Amino acid sequence: MTAANVVEAGAGGTAGGPGEPVLAVRDLVKHFPVRSRGLVRRTVGDVHAVCGVSFDLFGNETLGLVGESGCGKTTTGRLLLNLIKATSGEVVYAGRNLVELSPGQMRPLRRDLQLVFQDPFASLDPRMTVNEIVAEPLRIHGLFGSGTQGRDKVRELLKLVGLNPEHGNRYPHEFSGGQRQRIGIARALALRPKVLILDEPVSALDVSIQAGVINLLEDLQSELGLSYLFISHDLSVVRHIADRVAVMYLGRIVEIADKEELFTKAAHPYTQALISAIPLPDPRKERSRKRITLTGDVPSPVNPPSGCRFRTRCPKFANVLSEAERRKCVDEVPALTDRGQGHASACHYAEAIKLV
Amino acid sequence: MTAETNIELSRKAGDREAVLEVENLTVEFPTDDGVVQAVRGVSYRLAPGEAMGIVGESGSGKSVTSMAIMGLLPKTARISGSVRFRGEELLGRSENDYSSIRGKKIAMIFQDPLTSLNPVYTVGYQISEAILAHNDVSKKAAMDRAIELLAMVGIPNPSQRVNNYPHEMSGGMRQRVVIAIAMANNPDVIIADEPTTALDVTVQAQVLEALEAARAATGAALVLITHDLGVIAGHADRIGVMYAGRLVEKGTVDEVFYEPRMPYTLGLLGSLPRLDEAGRERLTPIVGAPPSLMNLPPGCPFTPRCPLAQPVCEEREPDLYVTDAPDHLSACHFHERLVGASAAQLFRPTSVDTEDITPRDLEVQP
Repeated sequence: MTAANVVEAGAGGTAGGPGEPVLAVRDLVKHFPVRSRGLVRRTVGDVHAVCGVSFDLFGNETLGLVGESGCGKTTTGRLLLNLIKATSGEVVYAGRNLVELSPGQMRPLRRDLQLVFQDPFASLDPRMTVNEIVAEPLRIHGLFGSGTQGRDKVRELLKLVGLNPEHGNRYPHEFSGGQRQRIGIARALALRPKVLILDEPVSALDVSIQAGVINLLEDLQSELGLSYLFISHDLSVVRHIADRVAVMYLGRIVEIADKEELFTKAAHPYTQALISAIPLPDPRKERSRKRITLTGDVPSPVNPPSGCRFRTRCPKFANVLSEAERRKCVDEVPALTDRGQGHASACHYAEAIKLV
Repeated sequence: MTAETNIELSRKAGDREAVLEVENLTVEFPTDDGVVQAVRGVSYRLAPGEAMGIVGESGSGKSVTSMAIMGLLPKTARISGSVRFRGEELLGRSENDYSSIRGKKIAMIFQDPLTSLNPVYTVGYQISEAILAHNDVSKKAAMDRAIELLAMVGIPNPSQRVNNYPHEMSGGMRQRVVIAIAMANNPDVIIADEPTTALDVTVQAQVLEALEAARAATGAALVLITHDLGVIAGHADRIGVMYAGRLVEKGTVDEVFYEPRMPYTLGLLGSLPRLDEAGRERLTPIVGAPPSLMNLPPGCPFTPRCPLAQPVCEEREPDLYVTDAPDHLSACHFHERLVGASAAQLFRPTSVDTEDITPRDLEVQP
């Protein structure tokens, strides 16, 4: 245990100190096979769900991963935890490449890396009481302890997520969505993890409840020194909670930057369209805003466009670029690098714009 | 100031010209456990071409209100009050009578286009069906009009797309087909119930644009029901905030967004994370949970969650009072106290689970 920012000893090696990433993701690729119908079910193609995603997650940091449905953000989250096998690439945690580990080797590391799911109705077993749900990871990892030890831990966890420990004997159906999401967070925290992957944790909640859960996540982070990968389609929530933001489109990260940079100097046309599409709860600003509307729909990930994957919907490609400039978009995959905007974006013709 | 005088006031303001007038609409559902009071005295009027947003959280009665207006509630529902379309009463009409108005004068757009479109017919057939139901034209003419409508809502290659089945289209396109059906007969009123909730933001922007195009083409008034305050800010002239089956605040979008006079509205705005604000200032959730609409206690239903609550709030439910602007109404005994107040001053930035507690509990426990 060398890291200063880790609260309590979890098992499974050391996490990086400040400056060195806790979790390093390199060129992560996941292709899902598409099979033909009928008896033989030959593989006829691949869904290119995640294509060469790289990023670092630092200690005590929140990295927002945003994108629309089908962009591969949830798949990325699951690849990080080795819940689905990556086609290629590396996820390095505590000096080990998780992608190569067997489920048995992975198990001790799961204490450090936990997941909170989107749907608080589907992710809790309806036949277990809340105490049992929160105690399950402790039992699996042999940490429940004897006597009242385990029970005390569970009570402590419920208190930590702002729930009344007296309610531990209730079943999930007796709780509202916001309360269930808190139970899911308590379960994820049971093993004192260092990294939480939060997959749309507040998307299913009404705003007044959502605010409480967001506040809770912020408190937990500062109390426990957690690192969050916050997967969401809601940029307003991400702007509130994240330190850095990565934007995904069709399996690739198109832009990654510190939060302020991204929202004030978005360089990739997709990020710009995404930011300008979010309605603001402010009538005057909303009336005076210029909106970048995208045409068409997201192309199929089975057969993604060559070169830049966003070019089929890109307003810049359609309206601004010359024929010669467009060739580059068609032929060449734009690398995710800084082109003079102060942060990395994957557009040959990146240009920072202030939108909000 | 009583509710009646308020109705008088707003009647003077609009008088005869309203396309849709909802007055004291009440909807109750008898169940085995008791009567659910889903809508409790909702009144509003919609001027021609006007866009009115209705916002509220799940279960606040916003969808039931619009279903009652459209006559789509099950027979078990007990509906009272009055819904007038251009002065004609709609409540209590026979199904046949309703059919002549529904889809022609008042059209509705539902949340989920996959359930509002029929999977076994082409979209062209479904649009022309809406046209043929109310007009005496040939099938050919109806199909041509369908293509024209698809083009209006921004669907590329409409002459080919018209032969698609719903499953061959994306979610955003399906919702645009539903909008095309809604505008097929040049309605006077379009009621859109969470039209973009199931969609991604960039697609939401496209669909809202299609909805604006539909309004521009038909001159229809719009009732836009949503839980997203941002959508209302950009697409409505006036807003009504619903809570526990009642409209608790009404006004122009500017009045309600910048100077809310009902603690619930202020709380909603304070619990929203903002895209346009930097920094990590804390959000202020509203403590407690919305009340059950069965056996509501007397008094203001927001009392248990309200930081301003006083004994009088538990005794008497406030009427819609006129605030500083004549059309800005608020159902709060203490609406004057909200002048200049911010959410951070009234609500606590707590992170505990607050659904079983009241604001007073927060004062004691840090």
